[in-house]
This record gives sequence, C-alpha cells and structure tokens, in this order.
Amino acid sequence: MAIKNVSAVPKAERASFWVRSRDTRTAYMYILPAVLVMAVITLFPLGFQIYMSFTDYGLKNLKYDAPAANWVGLDNYIHILNGDTIKNVIPSFDFVGTLTFNLWWALSNVIFHVVIGVLIAVLLNIEGLWFKRIYRAVYILPVVIPAIIIATVWKKIFDTDTGVFNILLGFFLGPIGLAKNVNGVSIVNIPWLENSQGDFMWLPVAYYALLFTNIWLGWPLNSVVATGALQSIPKDLYEAATVDGASGSQQFFNITVPMLRVAMIPFAVYGFITTFNLFHLSYFMSEGRPFGRTELLVTQAFKLVNVNQLYGIGAAFAIYMFFILLTISLITTRITKATASAD
Amino acid sequence: MTVDATAVQTKAVTSAEIKMKGAIGRPLKWYKQLLYQALCLFVAFTVLFPIAWVVSQSISTSKRITGFLPEGAITFEAYQKVLDKPTTNPISFIELTFNSFKLAAGASFASVLLGVSAAYAFSRFKFPGRSVVFLAILAVLMLPSVATIAPLFAFMNRIQVGEFNLRNSLWGVGLAITSGLLPFATWNLKGFLDTIPKDLEEAGMIDGANRNQIFFQIILPLSTPALAVTALFGFIGGWTEFYFSWQFLTNPKDFTLAMALSQMSGQYARSTPWDQFCAFALLVALPVSIVYLALQRYIVSGLTAGGVKG
Repeated sequence: MAIKNVSAVPKAERASFWVRSRDTRTAYMYILPAVLVMAVITLFPLGFQIYMSFTDYGLKNLKYDAPAANWVGLDNYIHILNGDTIKNVIPSFDFVGTLTFNLWWALSNVIFHVVIGVLIAVLLNIEGLWFKRIYRAVYILPVVIPAIIIATVWKKIFDTDTGVFNILLGFFLGPIGLAKNVNGVSIVNIPWLENSQGDFMWLPVAYYALLFTNIWLGWPLNSVVATGALQSIPKDLYEAATVDGASGSQQFFNITVPMLRVAMIPFAVYGFITTFNLFHLSYFMSEGRPFGRTELLVTQAFKLVNVNQLYGIGAAFAIYMFFILLTISLITTRITKATASAD
Repeated sequence: MTVDATAVQTKAVTSAEIKMKGAIGRPLKWYKQLLYQALCLFVAFTVLFPIAWVVSQSISTSKRITGFLPEGAITFEAYQKVLDKPTTNPISFIELTFNSFKLAAGASFASVLLGVSAAYAFSRFKFPGRSVVFLAILAVLMLPSVATIAPLFAFMNRIQVGEFNLRNSLWGVGLAITSGLLPFATWNLKGFLDTIPKDLEEAGMIDGANRNQIFFQIILPLSTPALAVTALFGFIGGWTEFYFSWQFLTNPKDFTLAMALSQMSGQYARSTPWDQFCAFALLVALPVSIVYLALQRYIVSGLTAGGVKG
C-alpha cells in the first residue's frame, strides 16, 4: 500500500542539461583564468621542454626568426648519463656523482635540522626557564633573512684570507701555535670554499662549510614546528607518567619522541625536498667547487643553460630531474603513510 | 560504594595537585637554570653571530676585514655610497628597488588572484577533469622553477614586437616568476579553503546568494589570512628572485636588487669594499625581514593549514 502510494507520486521532471551542468560551468569559470595562464606560461613551456630535450637546441635557434633545431632523438639523455660531449664544455660534469651528492646533501642536512630543531624546542619548553620569549624571537632570525643574502654573507664568512670563520679559529688555535699572525690578527688559512684542497671523510671541505651554513639556516623552522607539536601533546600524559613514577628521560623517550614523530616526519619530508633543490647555497657559496663536487642538480641545470647555453641538454637534464623528484616524493609519501598507520 | 568514592577522590586530589603545580610553574633548581641559560645563550650567540658581524662590518671605517668588532669610529658612509651608486652599472639603488618591487608585487598579486579562484573551484566543485588538472598542478609544483629556465627563455625570446623583447624585459621575468608561484598558491589556498566549513555557504545559498556572491562576500573575506600569507611568500620569492632575472635581463636599467647583490659578491667583484657589500645586504634584507618577523605567527599557521590538508 505504502509502496503503491510512493510510485503514484508523479516523477519530478528531469532537469534540462543546461540546468544540471550549472555547477560544472561555474567551476570551469573559476578555474579558467588559472588554467589559461598556466597553459601559456607553465604547461606550454614544459611541453616545449620535452621537445627541446630531443633536439640540439642552442644559441643558433634562439632568435625569433631562427630555423628550427635539429632532431637528435635520445642523444641528450645518453650524453647526460655518460658525459660525452658535455665534458668538452664542462670538464667536471658527472651526472651520477652529482645525483649521489645531492641525495646525501639533503639527507645529512635534514637529520641535523630535525634533531637540533627538536632538541632546542624541548629546551625552550622546559617549565620555569627564564626569557623563553626572547630566545624564541632571536632563534627565528635565520628564517626571516632572504636566502640570497645568507648565501652571499656566509661566502664572505668562509673567505680564506679575511673570513671571520678563520679569524675565529685563529682566536682559539693561535694560543697553541696553529695560527699565523697577519697585521696583528691571529688567523687560520683554511681555504673552505676555494678550488683545490683535501677531503675530510670522502667529502670536500666545501661540503662541510655548506652543511654548517645550512644547519644554521634550517633548524629554526624545524624548531618552530616541533614547538607546535610539543605544545599539542596533552599534559595529562606527563601527569600520569609522573604519578607512575617515570623519570624525565623516560618521559622524553616514551611520550615526547613518539608524539613528535607523527608531526615531524611529514615536515622532514618537505624539508628533504626543499634541501634537495636548495639553489642559493651551492650556487653562491661554493659555486660547485671543488671540481663540481658540491654541485646540485638545480645548480647544474642552471649552469647548463646560463653559462654553457646547452639548451637542449639543459631541457633533457630537467626532465631527468622531474622523474627523480617524482620518485623521491612517491617513496617519501609511502614512508609517511606507513609511519602514520603504524601509530 | 564508599571505597569507590574514596578512590575517585584520591585521584581527583592528585591531578588537582599536579595541575596546581603546573600552573605555578615548577621553579628550576638554580644549577639547572644556570645550565639551561648557558645553553640558550650559546644558541643565541651562534644565531646572532653572522648577523652581528654583517652589521659591524657595515659601520666600520676600515676598508679591509679585521675581525669581529668594527675598526675605528662608527660611520654610515658605506650606506651613503650604496644608496648613491650600488654597482658599476648606471643604475641607482632606488631604481633597483623599484624593479624588484614591481616584480615581487606583480607576480605575487597575479599568482594569488588566479590561485584563489582556481583553489575555490578545486575545493568546492566536482567537475570533469578536476583530478587530472589538480594532479598536473601538483606535478608542476614538484619541479623547481630553475628547471624550466631553458624553455621559458627560448619561448619568450621569440616574442619580439619592434624593439620590445618579452624575454629581455621585466614582464618576461614577472611571467616566469608567476609560473613558479601559481602552482604553490593554488595548492596552498586550496588547503586553506578546505578548512572553511561548507555550512557557511549553504546558509548563504538559503538566503539567496549565488555562487559569485558567496565567493566574493563569504569565502574571500574569510580567507584573508591565507591570502596574505600566500601573497607574502610570493612577494619574498619575487623580491629575492635571482636566476630568471640573471638569465633573462641584459639591460642594466632592468636590473634587480638580487642581481646587484650577486654582482657585488661575485668572483669578478673582488674590488667591492666589504663595508659596502654588508650595508647593501642589510638594506635588501631589512624590509622583508621586518614584515616576516611581524607576521611570523600567521605565516606558520597559514602554511600548516595548507600543508596538513594538502
């Protein structure tokens, strides 16, 4: 009976296509400006990049009335891997070496960033510590200074003859006779960023100078994020632990560390990709020296185009970078998800 | 019954006691306070050291580098010189600043304007092609903008109208910067818009507002903090942008602050006095640093909203 009644209700007239698609049309209207602009200034160049990577595009093809570049197939991709012909122009070119260094660079930095960031966040979270606000304000300073300034200033700090880093070392090493005296200033002459010098633990000294600078630059933001995470840990957990008689270090490793891990891992992944693509330090400070060993993929990509005008090879290089970054983010997404579900 | 009550009472007292302790703040033992203060001061020293050194050099009368403290009397001569003639190129500090400002403000404004409209569509509508276009934006986001320099250069260089070459102009650099900023703006703003409750819009619709009215009168005002943070990020990006301008621009009249700074410290600029270099670095860093510092709290929350919701 009831069923009959329902079926007896006359069906609402099906809305016309024009009415039904109204939301879709509105959506397209909102998205259109961005898509149009991106199509012209991002997607078209990316498509053009793919085309360029299969040609010998160079200076000769740049002018607006120039002939089209010659099709060379996969030559650029192969040259990048084995270094043929590129080494005539850039003797130190080494794709696999740069990629390996780049991965190690990002990994080593992120480890320091996260560990120091968390430790200092914990330090500033200690109950009863004086001047917390002042310290928090001071510690954020490296984040607010533009990267290009940081890189150029630190380059001067690591200068061989006049850099304040060597002067500082001279101040400590002078009294034990390991520094020399220049104009009354005791100074050590370590060529941190210069061309030819020895290695320390398989890596050029310039790497350590860059690492030092980037640790200085990177931990404060990690500390901010860790502070946020620390303050969101419910206080009851610590209260319960105190009641149960857990010591300070037990509380740190059994409550703080696991709770922080959830917040810090996604940020560490973000930091890894940012550091992987960190242009300014490598480009301005070490300039890739010695022998291109502190070159990153981004700086190498820039130099291929800017200094050497190898547009075709530069395009193929960028395509490689794209796939490398895609792989990295797929792997890191999996790691993030895996650790999230484990908790 | 009685036992239960006592147990509950004991528990309540304990947690109240602890809460009270927490509220007062357990005073640290003096040697612990001393140790932690020493640690904090050491960290503050490492953070401030390079900054203080730059300030000290910029007001030093000595032309050579001497160490930490400024040598001789304090002077602002270096600032004066930089403001008069920052580089060997015939361009003044004001012109450099104006060029940087045009790039930064223009690219930041364009990316936020286009980004928020697209972000609204992605956040609120289901439409054919939605996931494909959004994935494309995410894919572009992954590639650092340096990597698109070859095709952008080649493509814009072919656009020549009379004397005007798109590549060799602030317009071209501005477009290149915008192409780097737009995917980030769209993604970050979508993350924020996702956190705005839909009820607000539904209430607006019941009151008879159409989509555009909702967007302009409800969504835009509510997302002001996120818009401001995204715009600020874009502005800082444009203000210190280096590689596109360095690669694209050849006319000194178009040069930017970042280009001048790199010219002063580059390997062909050994003759640049350190005091002037330091003064210039401070003049470039100061405005954005102050803004950043003032808006720090909003920046962190504006970013994490987008990051968490992705």
